[in-house]
Amino acid sequence: MAQEYKLILKHVDAPGYGRDLDSYLHHGGYQTLGKALHMPARDLPDGKKMTAQEQIREEVKISGLRGRGGAGFSCGLKWSFVDRKSGKPIYLICNADESEPGTFKDRQIMYKDPHQLIEGMAIACFANDVHLAYIYIRGEMVDGARILNEALREARARNFIGRNILGSGYDLEIHVHRGAGAYICGEETGLIESLEGKRPYPRIKPPYFPAVLGLWMCPTIVNNVETLCNVKHIVAMGGNEFAKLGTPNNTGTRIVSLSGHVRKPGYYEIEVGKATMRELIFDPQFGGGLRDGRNLKAVIPGGSSAKVFKAGEKFKLKKKDAEGREILVETDMLDLPYDFDSLAAAGSMSGSSAIIVMDDSTDIVEALANVSEFYAHESCGQCTPCREGSLWMSKTLHRLTHGEGRAGDADYLLKIADNIPGGRTICAFGEACSWPVQSFVAKFKDEFVAKGKADEERRAGQGNELAKAPTEAAAHH
Amino acid sequence: MINQNNLNVMSFNASKELEAEVDELISHYPVKRAASLMVLHAIQEKFGWISQDAILWAARKLELPPINLFEILTFYPMLRQQPMGRYQIKVCRTLSCALGGAYGLHRHLCDRLGLDAHAHGPQTTKDGRFTVEFVECLASCGTAPVMMCNDHFHEGVTLEKADAITSACK
Ligand SMILES: Cc1cc2nc3c(=O)[nH]c(=O)nc-3n(C[C@H](O)[C@H](O)[C@H](O)COP(=O)(O)O)c2cc1C
Ligand code: SF4
Ligand code: FES
Repeated sequence: MAQEYKLILKHVDAPGYGRDLDSYLHHGGYQTLGKALHMPARDLPDGKKMTAQEQIREEVKISGLRGRGGAGFSCGLKWSFVDRKSGKPIYLICNADESEPGTFKDRQIMYKDPHQLIEGMAIACFANDVHLAYIYIRGEMVDGARILNEALREARARNFIGRNILGSGYDLEIHVHRGAGAYICGEETGLIESLEGKRPYPRIKPPYFPAVLGLWMCPTIVNNVETLCNVKHIVAMGGNEFAKLGTPNNTGTRIVSLSGHVRKPGYYEIEVGKATMRELIFDPQFGGGLRDGRNLKAVIPGGSSAKVFKAGEKFKLKKKDAEGREILVETDMLDLPYDFDSLAAAGSMSGSSAIIVMDDSTDIVEALANVSEFYAHESCGQCTPCREGSLWMSKTLHRLTHGEGRAGDADYLLKIADNIPGGRTICAFGEACSWPVQSFVAKFKDEFVAKGKADEERRAGQGNELAKAPTEAAAHH
Repeated sequence: MINQNNLNVMSFNASKELEAEVDELISHYPVKRAASLMVLHAIQEKFGWISQDAILWAARKLELPPINLFEILTFYPMLRQQPMGRYQIKVCRTLSCALGGAYGLHRHLCDRLGLDAHAHGPQTTKDGRFTVEFVECLASCGTAPVMMCNDHFHEGVTLEKADAITSACK
């Protein structure tokens, strides 16, 4: 049976645990940083030496750690792309913008255990020869910024950051940088532009891969809060031990944010892939099931950008049988293990590991209208398909939810959504705003069509001229 | 409008304290321009909004053309181009909160304070005490519905709780 596994949240909600430095030190805090900074060089068979930094980077590779911010990209691989020969300084930015609807895990770490993040960052910075790093925290987390600044002050006073850290000769400064209410600042190149003091317009890749041309055109590492905390645990336990947590290619733990129509919404840390969606939603130690008399209607499995699952939906997943042969197994949406690869195989993603549950009281058209309004508001506006498309989709859904829908709106929505992603935009927001529309409309098409039809019939009954008007022009107003 | 003439008219009165805070912020970055957003935050914290004169003052501190600051002031939703109510209420409207009753909460607050729940953008009461607006996901979806009152965060806001919060705002 699935269980919570608290690696990162080990102390967070323990009675008597505070976010102050003494509490952290009392629980072994900053010992891993000390270990990292004083790690002796290792002799290699060919007579060469492997520096402490190289060893840590190797452990992170061995651990199989994948980014916790949304894309699930290998952390070790990302670090290996850093241009270490340019002669320019290397920067590290902690992405603490946490704005993907449904997600509230980084908040728990920063507000309740800020030193864990600072220790993880310090180790990641040391391993990558970074001497100046920033925590980019979303603007609304005013208290979060204060807490981090206080924690940094404490850490500086005890020489866990600053000059010649713990006598190692290594210098590192970390500053807090606040956003100001724009979701696109979470996209790493938008974030970099924002940090530089500009509008957060994402940069086009190539050539602006942060690992080569990032902050001030210098090599830059952008990692999520939870990812950086994991780095500390990897160095503490070793990459191989870490890789034993979770499932192959989906190692370690993840903090799942569970919200919507469950009895016990909240954050739950699990070994990746060791709990199914069903367990997370229905098991009493996790979501505890739906309200009385309600049935499941839909689940968004990885933040609002992830494609929705419809209750009862089945997928054919590859599995190995007893003799190691690959077989296809029909799997209900609820029986998907909550990990990176299974959700991707089912056509969606675990994204920021935020599950939003909707029961049968939900008007699915209203739900999509809500999500689309978010994207229309948050598009940065650089790319025409994204700027116009997100707005058209939102306006079409607005009319569908305000008695002015048309039967053809479902197809119209799909047509717009299909024309945004796929290399037509600068950043992945183009995909993010299309996926909800594509999946909601395809999987609940009858509800979208019925709503539009009902509106048309009602208007026809009232002798409204617009009843049969061509749909497209009207949506553009 | 910002033009060359009023570049010299510096009616913005920055306190010694603000000046020192801004100098400290600038020291955090190898490139001055990077401090822009933090400097605007610092100004807004003191004055509640960011005036044209404040922009000119910040531009001089950061050695930037004012347009560089103006273009970020007009982009970020949290930055204010005009004075707002003394108590700013931000109600999250995004999916998890909407499923948890955010729209009812917003309507209730607007009704109670005599504001139009359907108007677009932030709405301020005539006495300048409250501004109410919808914002996007505040990263606390597990305790829906949520709202902020100035810097303070409130979770699981029932209508009774909302009344208690607004009553405590003097
Ligand atoms: C539109 C958009 C919004 C994003 N928002 C966030 C965010 O709020 N927090 C975050 O950590 N990553 C976010 N990301 C992902 C980042 O671009 C980046 O991949 C991530 O910070 C890398 O860190 P990781 O490898 O540790 O996951 C977003 C991406 C996109 C396209
Ligand atoms: S895809 Fe959208 S959010 Fe991304 S750069 Fe283009 S317009 Fe901006
Ligand atoms: S949806 Fe309201 S806090 Fe996330």
